[in-house]
Amino acid sequence: MQLNRTNWFATLFLAVGSIFLLFPMYMTVMLAVKNSEEIARSVLAFPDMWSFENFRIAAEKVGYWEKFRNSALITVVTVIFTIFTNSFVAYAIKKNFDRKFFKGLYFYFVSAMFVPFPIIMLPVVKLTAQFHMDNLYGLIVLYIVYGLSFNVLLYVGYLRSLPQELEEAALVDGASIWQTFWKVIFPLLAPINATVAIITTVWAWNDFLLPLIMLAQESQTTLPLAQFIFQSKFGQDTNYAFASYLMAMAPMLIVYLFAQKWIISGVTRGAVK
Amino acid sequence: MRKHKLTYLAMVIPATLLFFLFHTTPALMGIFYSFTDWNGLRPTYEMIGLKNFMNVFKDQNVLDAYLFTFKFAILTTILVNIISLSVALALNSRIKFKSFFKGLYFMPYILSMLIVAYIFNYFFANFWIDIMSFLGIERWMVNPLGNEKGAWLAIVFVTVWQSFAFNTVLYLAGLQTISEDLYEASALDGANKWREFWSITFPLIAPFFTINMVLSLKGFLQVFDQVLALTAGGPFGVTRSIAFLIYKNGFSGSEFAFQSANAVIYFIVIVAISFIQLRYLQKREMNL
Repeated sequence: MQLNRTNWFATLFLAVGSIFLLFPMYMTVMLAVKNSEEIARSVLAFPDMWSFENFRIAAEKVGYWEKFRNSALITVVTVIFTIFTNSFVAYAIKKNFDRKFFKGLYFYFVSAMFVPFPIIMLPVVKLTAQFHMDNLYGLIVLYIVYGLSFNVLLYVGYLRSLPQELEEAALVDGASIWQTFWKVIFPLLAPINATVAIITTVWAWNDFLLPLIMLAQESQTTLPLAQFIFQSKFGQDTNYAFASYLMAMAPMLIVYLFAQKWIISGVTRGAVK
Repeated sequence: MRKHKLTYLAMVIPATLLFFLFHTTPALMGIFYSFTDWNGLRPTYEMIGLKNFMNVFKDQNVLDAYLFTFKFAILTTILVNIISLSVALALNSRIKFKSFFKGLYFMPYILSMLIVAYIFNYFFANFWIDIMSFLGIERWMVNPLGNEKGAWLAIVFVTVWQSFAFNTVLYLAGLQTISEDLYEASALDGANKWREFWSITFPLIAPFFTINMVLSLKGFLQVFDQVLALTAGGPFGVTRSIAFLIYKNGFSGSEFAFQSANAVIYFIVIVAISFIQLRYLQKREMNL
C-alpha cells in the first residue's frame, strides 16, 4: 500500500534539482532586461526600471530578424524534406530487407553514425564550395542527407511494428508501390514522423558547427552562429548579449511551452524503437 | 514484380548517391589528404606516405587534446548517466507536480549548447566565487574558466547541464516498460529500495543503459561548441578538444593534411571504443 503514497523524497530531490535548471534561466532574463548600472548594482534583483529597449537594440546589432528568417527557413525546409524523403528510403529498405543490397544499405546508413564529424569537416568545406553550395541551401541539403543515418534506423524500427495486411490489400487492388506508400503507409507513419520532425528541428535549429564552417556570407548566418559573431564584436555589452541569447532561444522555448507533452512523448517513442 | 524491383531501387538510389557524395566522399578525401602535405590552399601537394601519422603521435598539442577529450568524455558520460538515471527514477515514481517537473527537466534538450555555454560563461565569471566563499571552499574561489586545473571541470558541468535531459527521456522510456506487478511482488517479499533497484529495475533497463553509455561517450568525444564558448581552448591550451584542434589548426593553421591524419586516427579510436563498449555491455546485459 506504500505504493500509492506520494514519494516525498523524489519530489524533494526534483525540487532541489530545479534550482540548478531555473537559476541560469532566471539570471539570463534579469541580465536581458537591465541597463548596465542596474547590473552593476545587482544582477539577480528585479530591476527598478525594466529596459525592454535592450531587445530592440540587440535585435538591431545582431540582425535578429534576418537571422531568424535564415534559421526558420533552414529548419522548416529541412524537416519537411526529411520526412517526405527519408521515410520512403526506409520503406524500400524494410520491404527488401531479405535482399543483400538493401540490407547492406541499411548498415551503410546506420554505421555512418559512428563516423565522427571532424573527419568530414575539412574536406566537406572544399567539396561544397566547389559545387557553390556554401550557402543556406547547401546547408539544408547536408542536413537532409546526414539525417538519413539516424532516421533510417528510426523509420525501419517503426515500420517493422506495423501490420502487413493493409498494404498487401492495397497492392492486390492494383495500386503501385508509390501509391501504396503515400496512401496507406505514410499516414500510418504519423507518430514516427512526429518523432523525426522533433529531433530534426532541435538539431537544425541549434546546430552550430556546420553553419560555422559552411556559410561564407554574414547575411546568411543562423541564430547560434550570429551569437558567436556578436560575442566577438560586442561581448562587453552584457545586457545586449543576454537579450540576444534570450531572443535566440525564445522561438524554441515558446514552441516547447505549448507542445512539451507532445515533444517528450515523441522523443520517448524514438527511444523505444 | 520486375517493375516493383525498379520502383524500390528508384526510392533508394538518389538518397544513396547523395549520401555517398556528401558523407562518404569527404571521409575518403580526408583519408586521402592525410597521406599528403597539403596545407589546404596551395594548388599542389605531394604524397608523403605515413609521415603525418608519425608526427601526430609526436605532437604535444595532439597528445594534450586526446588527454583532455578523454578525461572530459569519461567523466561527463559517468555523471550524465548517474544524474539522468536518478532523475528518471524520481520522475517515474509517485511525485507531486509530475508534468511540471517532466517539462522542466527536459527543457535543456531544446536549448543550443553554444548559448547555454555563453550563459554559464557569465555565471562562472560573476557568481562562482561568491558561491564558493558562501560555502567556505577557499581553494575553489577562482573563476574556473581561467584556471588550468578547473577549466575542464567547468566544461563538464555545463555539458552535463545541457545533455542529461535527453538521456533522462531514454531511461524514462525504459522504466515505463517495467510492469508494476514486479514491484508489488518485491514489496511483499520485503526487499528494500536499493535491492529492488539492482535486482529488478536495473537488469530490465540494461539495454537502455547500454545505448545511453555508447551514445553519450561517442557524443562527448566530439565536444566542440561548449569549448569554443567557455574557454576557446584556454587557459594555455589545456581545454583544446580533438574536434576543436582539428577545426582550429586544420582551417587556419595550415595543417590541413596533418589534422586530416589526426581525424583519421580519431575516427579509428571512436569506432573501436564504440565497438568494444557495445560488446562488453551487451555481454553484461546477458549475465544480468
